[in-house]
Formats: sequence, C-alpha cells, structure tokens
Amino acid sequence: MSLTATAKAGPRSPAGTGPGPDDGRAAALRRTWRKASPYAYIAPFFTLFLAFGLFPLLYTAFVSLYRVELQTSGEMEWRGIANYTALFTDEYFWTSLRNTFTIGVLSTVPQLAMALGLAHLLNYKLRGRTFIRTAILLPYATSVAAATLVFAQLFGKDFGLINYVIGLVGFDPVDWQTGTVASQIAVSSIVIWRWTGYNALIYLAGMQSIPHELYEAAEMDGASRWRQFVHVTLPGLRPTIVFTVIISTIGATQLFGEPLLFEGSISGGISHQYQTLGLYMYEQGWGFFHLGRAAAIAWVMFVLIVVLVGANALIARRRARKEAGR
Amino acid sequence: MTALAAPPTAPEKGGPSQNPPPGRRIGRGGAGRTMKGGWLSYLILGFALLISAFPFYWTIVAASRSNADMAKVPPSLLPGPNLIKNFEQVLEEADIGKALLNSLIVSGSITVGTVLCCTLAGFAFAKLKFKGRGALLTLTVGTMMIPPQLGVIPLFMLIAELQWVNQLQAVILPGLVSAFGVFFMRQYLVQSLPDELIEAARVDGASTARIFWSIVVPIARPGMAVLGMLTFMTAWNDFFWPIIALSSQEPTVQVALRQLGGGYVNDQSVIMAGTLLGTLPVLLVFGLLGRQIVGGIMQGAVKG
Repeated sequence: MSLTATAKAGPRSPAGTGPGPDDGRAAALRRTWRKASPYAYIAPFFTLFLAFGLFPLLYTAFVSLYRVELQTSGEMEWRGIANYTALFTDEYFWTSLRNTFTIGVLSTVPQLAMALGLAHLLNYKLRGRTFIRTAILLPYATSVAAATLVFAQLFGKDFGLINYVIGLVGFDPVDWQTGTVASQIAVSSIVIWRWTGYNALIYLAGMQSIPHELYEAAEMDGASRWRQFVHVTLPGLRPTIVFTVIISTIGATQLFGEPLLFEGSISGGISHQYQTLGLYMYEQGWGFFHLGRAAAIAWVMFVLIVVLVGANALIARRRARKEAGR
Repeated sequence: MTALAAPPTAPEKGGPSQNPPPGRRIGRGGAGRTMKGGWLSYLILGFALLISAFPFYWTIVAASRSNADMAKVPPSLLPGPNLIKNFEQVLEEADIGKALLNSLIVSGSITVGTVLCCTLAGFAFAKLKFKGRGALLTLTVGTMMIPPQLGVIPLFMLIAELQWVNQLQAVILPGLVSAFGVFFMRQYLVQSLPDELIEAARVDGASTARIFWSIVVPIARPGMAVLGMLTFMTAWNDFFWPIIALSSQEPTVQVALRQLGGGYVNDQSVIMAGTLLGTLPVLLVFGLLGRQIVGGIMQGAVKG
C-alpha cells in the first residue's frame, strides 16, 4: 500500500542511493521508469495472452460468419449466419449435442458422487493417508490418449477383460463399441476414472476448511455421523461443490479425446452414437476442412457453457439464499 | 489442455490468518474433523485404489505379451516376456523415440516459459501498483473459465499464416499462455511475500529488477515448483492442440499414440507398449513429486 510513497521518497533520500552530482535528472528518470516498469513484468505474459489466448477466442465469432476452408485458410468469404443454419439442419449436429449431454450426465454425476464419498473417507484419520491420496490421484497423471487406449482394450467386444468378467458372472457379452448406451457408458467410464480422484482431493480440501467446532456442536446435539455429513459437511462444502460442478460441466461440454480414440474414428462410432460436440467440431474442421462451420460449432459450445454455468450459479445462489432465510 | 483455478477456497475467505503460505500444511489435516476410520473405510478405499491402479497394471501386462496372448479367452493376468520386443517394435513402427524427444522439448520449454512469465506477471499483480491493474487481472482471471479449445480455429489460422504448422513452436508458444498460472503465482506471492521486505529493499536502493531476482524468486520458489510440475503434466498430456498443429512427421507422444490407436498398428500389445512408453515419464514425475502435486491440487486446483 505504502509502496508508491516509498518509491517516491526513495530517490530523494540521498543515503545509499545513486552517486553522481546531477541527482535531479537521474531521479526523475528513475521515477518514470519505476512507474513504467510494472508493465515490463506483465508484458511477456500479456503479449502471448493477447496473441494466442484472447484474440483467437474473440475472433472465433467472426470466423463463424465466413466460409473458410482448411487448405486456403487465408481466403474468407462472407456467409452471414449460413454456417449456423447449415449446422441446425444437420442431424449429426443434434446427435452430437444429445450425446454431449448424456455422456456429460453419465460421467459427471457418478464421478462427483463417488468423489464426495471418497473425500469423506479420506478425511478420517487413516494410516498411510498421504500414500492413499497420491495413489488416488494417479489416473489424473495419465493422458487422455493413454487412458482411452487402455480402456478401449479393456472394453473390447471379443477379448476384452470387462466382457470376460461379465461372462464369468453369467451375462452375455456387451458390445461396447456399437451399442449406443453401452458405448456412451464406456466413454463416460474413462472420464470417471481419470477425474474422480482429482475431485475427491478438491472436496477434501474443502472439508478441511470446515470449522471443527461445528462438528463438536452437532455431536453434542446428538447428531449421528450421517446427519453430521448432511447438515454440516454438505452445506460447508457448497461453494466447492458448485465449483466442481461448473468445472466438470465445462469439461464435459468439450469432451474430445475419449470419443476420438475409443475406436479411432473421427465420427464417434458407426452411427455417430458417441460423437460429442468437440469431436463434431474436429470432424467438420479437420475432417471436412470447413473451418468456418467448425467455428460456428465452437461458438455454440461457448453459448452452451455460458448458459450451463449461469444456470448452475443461479441455482447455487438461490439455494444459498433459501438456506440463509431459514 | 485447459488450466483452471478454483475460486479462492473457503479458508482464504474465512480468515487468511489460519492459511499459511501454501506448500506443506495441507497433508496434515488442518482444521477438519479427525475421527479415526474403521475397517470399512479401509476396505472401500482399498477398492478405489485397486480401480485407479488396475489400468496401469493391465498396460504392463498387455505390453509384455504377444498379440496372440491378448486374444486368448481366459486372459492372462500376469506380465509376460515380450516387453522389450514390443518396445522395439513401437520404436520402429511409430518412431516413438522422436515423439518422446519432441514431447520433452515441448513440455520442457512450456514449463520453463510459463513459470517465468507467470512469476513475473504474478509478482506485478501482487506487489506493484500500476494503472489498469485491477482491470487486467479481472480480464485474465475471467478468461480462465473459457476453454481454450473454443479459440482453436483462429489459432490454427494464425499458425498457418505464420507457416508454423508441423513445427514445435506452434505448440510451445500458445502453451505459454496460462491465466491460471498468473493467478496462482499472484495468490502465492500475496500470501508469502511481506510488503515490508520490498520496502526495505527499496530503501536500500534496490531496483525492482534486483528485488525480483534476489527477493521475489527465492521466496516464490516453492510456488514456482508446484506450478512447474502441474504445467509439465498438463503440457505432456495435452492432446487436442498438438493433433491439430502437428502431424505424424513431427509428433508429440500423444499424437504418436493416436496414430498407434488409429489402426496404424494393429497389434494390441504393441499399442499398449507405446502407451506405457508415453505414460512412463509423467508417472516418474508423479512418483517423485506426488506429494507436492497433491498439495498443489488441493490448494489451487488445476484441470488439464
């Protein structure tokens, strides 16, 4: 706070500062530099941020109104909203929108529920808890590509381990590749596997910030462990839960690597049964070379994210207010 | 792929006094409840660990067997003798060696560059006063919620314009942009760098640059380390942008894995051997620094 004061006072106090008789000009120069120098510190980041972060994000909306082909990306031809109307009449757009939604729900809901349960257990005094926490985060360290290849193998129809186990229990093998629901469950399971531990740690961090006294008070009132969980832990964790819901929603909206690599097909299965919006965008842009159309999809995804995040925030705020009003 | 930060979690809002400089504290059950877990907790957690670890084990099993073994009906659950042979085949068929080197160059440069850029900017946002500071910080933090994937088409057009397609800088330079990193370093320095220290140095006549190198950087080092590890993991595992900007001639490991899985090679054990090779480096990092990574995630949450 008093930094500027010191900065101005600094050069004026002769003790220790620059030698030289014509102190006036040097001091003025230094003062100017001191005012300007903060910009030098943020310059490297902001130069890159503007060029490779912010500009592309904004320019996407612009590109989506043009016809741009991959091979001749320098030439742009005005199309107005034609990219969007083409999109909305393409049945595969609607398929991928629906798939994004179902896979999103199938992956996010169990993932967060399990993470919550695991975090609760991890919050107990346990032997080797550092080890457990680290091990549970291990899937997060793998790449989408690696995880998906392994799971595709496990989910193989004829020789996959999962079908083998299912067979041992006495059921028929499931066709994890061509069945719509089955393939969506398979793709979701990769997401769940990779992210559950990560979310559990986020929840754990949130739980550790809940004041101890609340639990003691609840215990004195005779609340069971379950009731403590429902009435102390969950409300205390609300901001964290909202955060993970939002992050997972954003993640689910742009799901891409898992459906691409599950079978290696760019269309998300024979009948597009697990093609997501992210993959559909890739197919349009880098499969069919329609960059303008792909930009329109990106913009649709952006609107979708804004709407979903907004809805989440709204629900969270309303619930919090209801709670406070009680 | 995406780097996002948690909103400052409850302890920061509640009382900064009980929130020491991030780094060590979290592993030791700070404020939370510390009841002892029963056998059921161990059982469930054990099961969860089994599920998180099994795919790794399975990769090793599959990578060390032959393709014929993989098609046997009671599948073999123990590692076989073919690991080296499969590794050799991956190196031959998909040039994983080059891909590993490229990934190392890309992730290494991104890590060094990001940590440096973000520490500089984080320091300015935390401790220096300048016009537009609040607005610029809001802008930076605000974009954290927008997945970079949505800007990928203009980014590609830009790269194409610069004729960088298929060159590593096409992946490195956009990788240096980390709004999360700036936010993370700012938070770190706000908490762990006392204003008095800077003021004292100023009175002694130190320039801002001098202050940065001899005071800020030493204090920021633990935060830089956490950011570096997270950045390295994210960069190593990034998939979306590299497969757009690079191709089979100049792949990163993830791009090479895609070729393996996309019918380029049909041998399941070879695919798994490639997967293992692509995962090993990051597992190594994780094995060495797992604790710090867990701490970093619990403080600030990154998603990649």
